[in-house]
Amino acid sequence: MDSFNIMFIVLAVIIASCSVLTVVSRSIMRSATYLFFTLLGTAGLYFLMGYTFLGAVQVMVYAGGIIVLYVFAILLTRGTQDKLSENTKNKIVMSALLSLVGLGIFVYIILKQNFMELLSQPGNLALTAPDESVMTMSQIGQNMLSSAEGGYILPFEAVSVLLLACIVGSLLIARKR
Amino acid sequence: MQSNFITMDFQYTLLILLLPFLSFLVLGICGKWLSHKVAGLIGTFTLGAVAVMSYYTAFVYFTADRLADGTFATFVPYNFEWLPFYIGNLHFDMGIMLDPITVMMLIVISTVSLMVHIYSFGYMHGERGFQRYYAFLSLFTMSMLGLVVATNIFQMYMFWELVGVCSYLLIGFYYTTAPAVSASKKAFIVTRFADLGFLVGILVFGYYTGSFSFDFTESATYAVGALHGVAPDCAKAVAAGGFILPTALFLMFLGGAGKSAMFPLHIWLPDAMEGPTPVSALIHAATMVVAGVFQVARMFPLWIQYAPETLHYVAWIGAFTAFYAAAVACAQSDIKRVLAFSTISQIAFMMVALGVCIPGHEATIDNHGSLGYMASMYHLFTHAMFKATLFLCAGCIIHAVHSNEMSAMGGMRKYMPVTNWTFLIATLAISGIPPFSGFFSKDEILAASFNYSPIMGWIMTGIAAMTAFYMFRVYFGIFWGTENKEYHEELRHHGHFGEAPLVMTAPLVFLTLFTVFMGWTLPGGFGAYVSATGTEYTIHLDPQIAITSVVIALVSIGLATYIYKGSSQPVAERMKATFPNLHQWAYHRFYIDEVYQFVTHRIIFAYISRPIAWFDRHIVDGTLNGLADGAHYIGEKIRPLQSGRVQQYAYVFFLGIVILFFILLI
Amino acid sequence: MEYFLILSAIMMFAGIFGFLTRRSTLAILLSIELMLNATDINFAVFNRFMWNASGAHEGYFFSLFSIAISAAESAIAIAIMINIYRHLKDISIDKLQKMKW
Repeated sequence: MDSFNIMFIVLAVIIASCSVLTVVSRSIMRSATYLFFTLLGTAGLYFLMGYTFLGAVQVMVYAGGIIVLYVFAILLTRGTQDKLSENTKNKIVMSALLSLVGLGIFVYIILKQNFMELLSQPGNLALTAPDESVMTMSQIGQNMLSSAEGGYILPFEAVSVLLLACIVGSLLIARKR
Repeated sequence: MQSNFITMDFQYTLLILLLPFLSFLVLGICGKWLSHKVAGLIGTFTLGAVAVMSYYTAFVYFTADRLADGTFATFVPYNFEWLPFYIGNLHFDMGIMLDPITVMMLIVISTVSLMVHIYSFGYMHGERGFQRYYAFLSLFTMSMLGLVVATNIFQMYMFWELVGVCSYLLIGFYYTTAPAVSASKKAFIVTRFADLGFLVGILVFGYYTGSFSFDFTESATYAVGALHGVAPDCAKAVAAGGFILPTALFLMFLGGAGKSAMFPLHIWLPDAMEGPTPVSALIHAATMVVAGVFQVARMFPLWIQYAPETLHYVAWIGAFTAFYAAAVACAQSDIKRVLAFSTISQIAFMMVALGVCIPGHEATIDNHGSLGYMASMYHLFTHAMFKATLFLCAGCIIHAVHSNEMSAMGGMRKYMPVTNWTFLIATLAISGIPPFSGFFSKDEILAASFNYSPIMGWIMTGIAAMTAFYMFRVYFGIFWGTENKEYHEELRHHGHFGEAPLVMTAPLVFLTLFTVFMGWTLPGGFGAYVSATGTEYTIHLDPQIAITSVVIALVSIGLATYIYKGSSQPVAERMKATFPNLHQWAYHRFYIDEVYQFVTHRIIFAYISRPIAWFDRHIVDGTLNGLADGAHYIGEKIRPLQSGRVQQYAYVFFLGIVILFFILLI
Repeated sequence: MEYFLILSAIMMFAGIFGFLTRRSTLAILLSIELMLNATDINFAVFNRFMWNASGAHEGYFFSLFSIAISAAESAIAIAIMINIYRHLKDISIDKLQKMKW
């Protein structure tokens, strides 16, 4: 039981409980808050895996940007009192059943795959301390902007155009007439 | 060499097809910017040119020397491969083929079409969509001509469908009124349904015989450069199974039955009267509806040789249709509907005439056994002329009184003398009274029927009598009978009441001339031009049959006169009685009407027409309605699935994923 | 590694459950974010444990782009929500039937 496992267990507990709470809490404000913790926990997972940049992006974009956006939207639309649907017990039970069964099947599949053997192969690193050895920042930057093999210039540009379009679009949609 | 020269001579026949098509394009595309007059003139002059060329073609064709075996040569001025089929040697060709029935149809189509074009000037005057109307008329004429000159079944099928589309467009010409829209849909769907049979028949035929060509004996004269058609290899089809050719031909007949309104598929034609009346005259009386007859006649050599038994079905279907339509026609009050049912009945006559043909020795065609073929074509020709006259007359009357109902008419002979006379002559012709053309052609059909079996002969004679009865009922209802004085007065008040303008009456007179003279002035008789084998056939009038049919027709005319003219005979008295005893006379008239109504409605209608009408409405329509209702019901059941509730969709989606994984897991 | 995947599966199905049961469209969007996040984790985990040795980083970059796109998506969605709210004063999903027919 080394420190990574302890860390993982802590994060896992946070993520699992918070994501469940996100979908069952009665107040939408609380939902958003629990989602915030879930996302932070996810960032923690990335850090744990050594993907520091990804973790940082997760914190900045998701936790810092999207959640704030949601909170604003919730406050704007006064939808603070969202209840789980009444008079549809049937729906809730069916959905819960579907989710649990699906989860069971997924977990069974995952456990059946026997990933441990893969992990024991050389080169596939076990978890290490957050360092730059797994994926350095400069490597990310070069990959991002190169057009050679393993380069992502095209999706990078596409995403930038998408974001621009999205800014324009959301302004257009939400503007006061 | 001689015939080749003539073939070259027929190159211009392409123009017969191209001119109306050009006219359609011009009117269809630029119609918006043309005035009504210019648009109408373009259409009419094009048709005039087509008519002139058709007559010239007929003249050249029928005055040319006959071949050694006494037939007229079949010319193919154009034929080219349009689409290869890549199965065996099959390909779809396009071309022009001239043989006696084609040339005859050219005359029929171009004459009636030209008359309708001229007539429409008056009838459609000031209508919205005048240019559109002429564009469709041109397109229709082009397709119909294309249908009759087709060199192969597939070309025929293509133009067949085009004709159907035109019919749909023209029935729905007044597309702002609901009945016109539903009638056009009904016509399109019913004929489409029948055409499915046609298409399957064509494919079966083509697959087994390896050719679509109409040149069954490879005896046609091809022009230089024209692709030679390959005769269908019927022996091969027979070898593959004796039932194949009869089945294929019967399937094709189903398509023809749809277009020609044979019994179970006739329901669209009465409704098709929602279109403008000249259109009814052109499409639903003279040309398009006989396409089915033409198709059977075109395939006739194969019918008679390979499927004479199946031909009997055609005869009996035709006979039943003829009887049924005649019975219904007695009960209608809308004049166009009477004419529509009469058309159904008359086309059924032609079908019967084709059906009663019996093969000569060793299953070959001979002129005597196949008298019906000639009779059918003859009747097609004469019927087109007098039925077009009747419809155009009906158009004149409707134009004058703005109503289709006989109750709005009566006593019209005083106001519309020309219409009266032409209508009367056409009515006499359809009733089979000499010397009008209908007598000669109908008599041939009766002779052919008696030749087939006496039962069929007497049935057809009876139906002919019914024809005379209901036609004269209409005639007296319109031109004699009780006059709807108040209504006519009111119409007169608005002007526009009285004889139709010259542009409408001239076509009537012209067509009537055909009716009067076609029977006995044609040199050599009709049989000299069109007959089953193509050789000259002199029509013998069987005096026994002729006299019987004329006498019976006269009796039923007398009956109609007695009932329908007599009922309002006291017109003079009525005038006198208008002031003192108006109510009493009204009552008395009512009483007489009651008696006649008892005779006609209670006996004829209640025991014959009404059950048939009931059968029509509940069983025939009901079956089709049931199909529609079933589809509707299923649709309603399916609709809740498309609830629009995103979460429901998502539920099903995720459920699907889970199930999929579960399956993959196992 | 299994535990990472199980964790993301829990997150995924929590999101699905929320998507199916919540009424407020904003809550549904939150559930969608949960699901997206679960897929991001999977990308990163697979890349980290199975392909890191061979120097491939597709999963890593997929996660990055996925985050960017989900940001765009939620911005648009929230703009639509606000617009709808302005018109209808309600954003419950079972009330949003005006545009249906």
